[in-house]
Amino acid sequence: MTTRHKTLVPIVLIVTLHLAILFAGFIAPADPTAQNRDFPFAPPSRLHFVDIRGHLHLHPFVYQWAPRPDSLNEYAESRDREYPLQFFVAGAPCRIAGIVPSHLHLFAVQAPAQIFLAGTDSYGRDQFSRILYGGQISVAAGLLATFISLLLGTLIGSVSGFYGKWIDESAMRFAELFMVLPWLYLLFAVRAFLPLHMSSAQTFLLLVAVIGTIGWARPARMIRGIVLSAKTQNYVLASSGFGASNLHLMRRHILPQTYGVLLTQAALLVPQYILAEVTLSFFGLGLSEPAPSWGGLLATLQQYNVLVSYWWMFAPAAALTIVSLGYLSVANAFHERLQSDSSWQ
Amino acid sequence: MHRLGCLATLLLATGACLASSVPQPPQRGEELLTTENAVGRYGGSLVVSQRSEPKTLNPVTATDGPSREVIGRLTADLIHINRGSLQTEPALAKSWTISRDGRVFTVKLRHGLRFSDGSPFDAEDVLFSFKVYLDDKVHSPQRDLLIVGGKPIEVQKADAYTVRFTLAQPYAAAERIFDGLAMMPRRLVEKAYKEDKFAQFWTLATPPSEIAGMGPFRLKEYVAGQKIVLERNPYYWKIDHNRNRLPYLDELVFLVVGNEDAQAIRFQAGDTDIISRFSPENYALLSKEAANRGTELVDLGPSLEYNFLVFNLNDLTSKNLGKIAAKQAWFQEPKFRQAVSSAIDRQGIVKLVYAGRGAPLWGNVSPSNKFWVDETLPHPPRSLDKARELLKAAGFSWRSDGRLLDRQGQPVEFSVIASSSNTQRSKMATIIQDDLNQLGMDVHVVPLEFRAVVDRVFQTYDYEASIMGLGGGDADPNPEMNVWLSNGGTHLWHLGETKPATDWEAQIDQLMQKQLVQLKYKERKRLYDQVQEIIAANVPYVFLATPDILVGAKKKIGNFKPAVLDPNTLWNVEQLYFLPGTPP
Repeated sequence: MTTRHKTLVPIVLIVTLHLAILFAGFIAPADPTAQNRDFPFAPPSRLHFVDIRGHLHLHPFVYQWAPRPDSLNEYAESRDREYPLQFFVAGAPCRIAGIVPSHLHLFAVQAPAQIFLAGTDSYGRDQFSRILYGGQISVAAGLLATFISLLLGTLIGSVSGFYGKWIDESAMRFAELFMVLPWLYLLFAVRAFLPLHMSSAQTFLLLVAVIGTIGWARPARMIRGIVLSAKTQNYVLASSGFGASNLHLMRRHILPQTYGVLLTQAALLVPQYILAEVTLSFFGLGLSEPAPSWGGLLATLQQYNVLVSYWWMFAPAAALTIVSLGYLSVANAFHERLQSDSSWQ
Repeated sequence: MHRLGCLATLLLATGACLASSVPQPPQRGEELLTTENAVGRYGGSLVVSQRSEPKTLNPVTATDGPSREVIGRLTADLIHINRGSLQTEPALAKSWTISRDGRVFTVKLRHGLRFSDGSPFDAEDVLFSFKVYLDDKVHSPQRDLLIVGGKPIEVQKADAYTVRFTLAQPYAAAERIFDGLAMMPRRLVEKAYKEDKFAQFWTLATPPSEIAGMGPFRLKEYVAGQKIVLERNPYYWKIDHNRNRLPYLDELVFLVVGNEDAQAIRFQAGDTDIISRFSPENYALLSKEAANRGTELVDLGPSLEYNFLVFNLNDLTSKNLGKIAAKQAWFQEPKFRQAVSSAIDRQGIVKLVYAGRGAPLWGNVSPSNKFWVDETLPHPPRSLDKARELLKAAGFSWRSDGRLLDRQGQPVEFSVIASSSNTQRSKMATIIQDDLNQLGMDVHVVPLEFRAVVDRVFQTYDYEASIMGLGGGDADPNPEMNVWLSNGGTHLWHLGETKPATDWEAQIDQLMQKQLVQLKYKERKRLYDQVQEIIAANVPYVFLATPDILVGAKKKIGNFKPAVLDPNTLWNVEQLYFLPGTPP
């Protein structure tokens, strides 16, 4: 596989997943907070092509789940009626891409049946819809936090590298201080001081801000290194000798050299921050119920009986793995190109 | 010859050591209690698990569940509540009489009993034990129970085996307060008490030889963070029909395992013999394999505990909590609370939170408390229409997008705090949030650490609504006094009332005081029924549900008779034994 292919596959994968997450309102068949109290921990609906009479259907269909009497959260398909999968149907109100209000859903089955592609959770909420909506929170947290980290990192790193002397000394010592901070405990502490009245949006923004702000130190040190070596290059010295201003030097000659590293860092940091959100939600520091996020969804697995009884509760972990691996492969590919391709330098 | 002599001495010494925990044959002059259980056989070590390690072995100051579970096996009381029948029965007291005015209790002690270290037990020990319990400086959680009519119970010695208790006023079911009050050996404890060192006395670090009680077991070994091993008290005061001295078991081992899931896993693996009070999900999981693994799981029906949603009705004038105070206008409106109650899907809670193993509640008395539950209390089904009617009648209205607005046009929005370590209560909060959302209320669920919840509810009043649980200690209404009296310490919705804030709270005060001094059960029941009706009508707590008590044991354990009251499985531990034909 060529380097180009190596980059293309994960990029396509990531883009697809991100689009799915972005258009969660359209793709998810159900409202992620709607409880179906008759169907806690229902397994994923099975798509059938052949009915009980042996007839082949070109259109896939599902049977409705029916709770088995005298059992806890066990279900059987009630096969008296088929519910064909329908596409582009009107359903619960949603927002496409989080903005456009709509009723349109990619797929659904006719009421009273419901389709649970990834089963349901302990409140009977559709796990597939929750994973998609939860992805919005988790991925957005990752992207935003990365943006904040890199912005701060570039700013402090380049100033520190360019001006040197006491600015450099103090900024780098400060960065080291940040790197030794046990950030998880710091976040625990921050959460303890939060007022009760934090809406989901506020909690989310705070989470992102804290995660992003803590992570600036490492990129700042890398950027500083590049700036430090770049400013001694002959063409920079020449430009400076012709009377170019500091701002010009930075913009035209020095910062462009950091773009490759920034891109690689971004691809590395995004999955790291998605995982940070997951960790926080797992410990109950993230968004509170009923808002879904991947960490919140995975937190259910802390319960022993869920862990051993309902395998579909691991589905968010699969989504998380794909996204993380996707980003890491992209980072890896960037890194390889950076080293081999001089055009990046 | 000399060497042989040495060997003989050594053998004698070991013999004496072994004999120390071998049951002593009943002797003349010992007034022992004969139990009604099936005759068992001696031997074996019973292993149970605990979620966390006991904090102390001091029976007077212990407050946490694990400590009390262990201490309860090391000590005994004068009069005991039989967990099976829920009635009182003689324990260290052979009998008791009550004076005509209901104020003087004369308790006759059993003769010839001995503590687990072999020292004799008599009225001096009883006097001393009560002195410690009543001492203000000791801060015993049980002290409140011993204050009747504002005055501490007076304890006098009539003779070496007779003690007289004088109450300031007649007190219904007074004999029940003796339950769980451990009798301690004066000889061992008095020195520490006099030196004001009682609070640090009988900790886990205390050598076993310095701890003695009247319980079926005595301390043998404590391994920090791992286990506590108890061995048979050879002088225990109960015998079976064949005059075998109880307990049958050689040892009782408490393993510290960390959490409920770990308890279930250890029981499943066969490491422990008995499991108490575990979740319905784990119950379902364990019952799948119960037959293969030779275990028996029992659903004892609803517990006596009640879980509820409480709104903050505290007086906030001296606190800087303006936002919450503004919302109290809604919470103080009875129709608002009734509407919330009407909108909550209690069946849904029982189904989703307790996996169907629980009972919905509309009052504070669990349906399993047959002696006291008011069966005429209405059980209205969930009705959003009725809830909307109530809200409309109270002046609320709805915005075009369905949000509920108050008289001033403010959207109704509040937060519910719940302990994050209690999955069940967090789950209730999520269900309630969804239920009330259908009424147009915007409810936020805020899971907090348990201590933070308690602190906000009891101290700072910095909360809007909370999900809590109470009860489960005893079937009698008296332990509930501090919940319902307007100046009670657990009057959660409005703490520190100097006088009743509402008419109905004043009514409850009167009725509860009346039942307290009423000695006839029928009359007390009538009064307590009225209390239950007032509570149900005014909804200071929105009652939700009570979980079933779920327990399990290996089938090879004889005399296993689990009960709804705590301690559910070990209350008759002295009678438990390993059935013949099974390796202990």
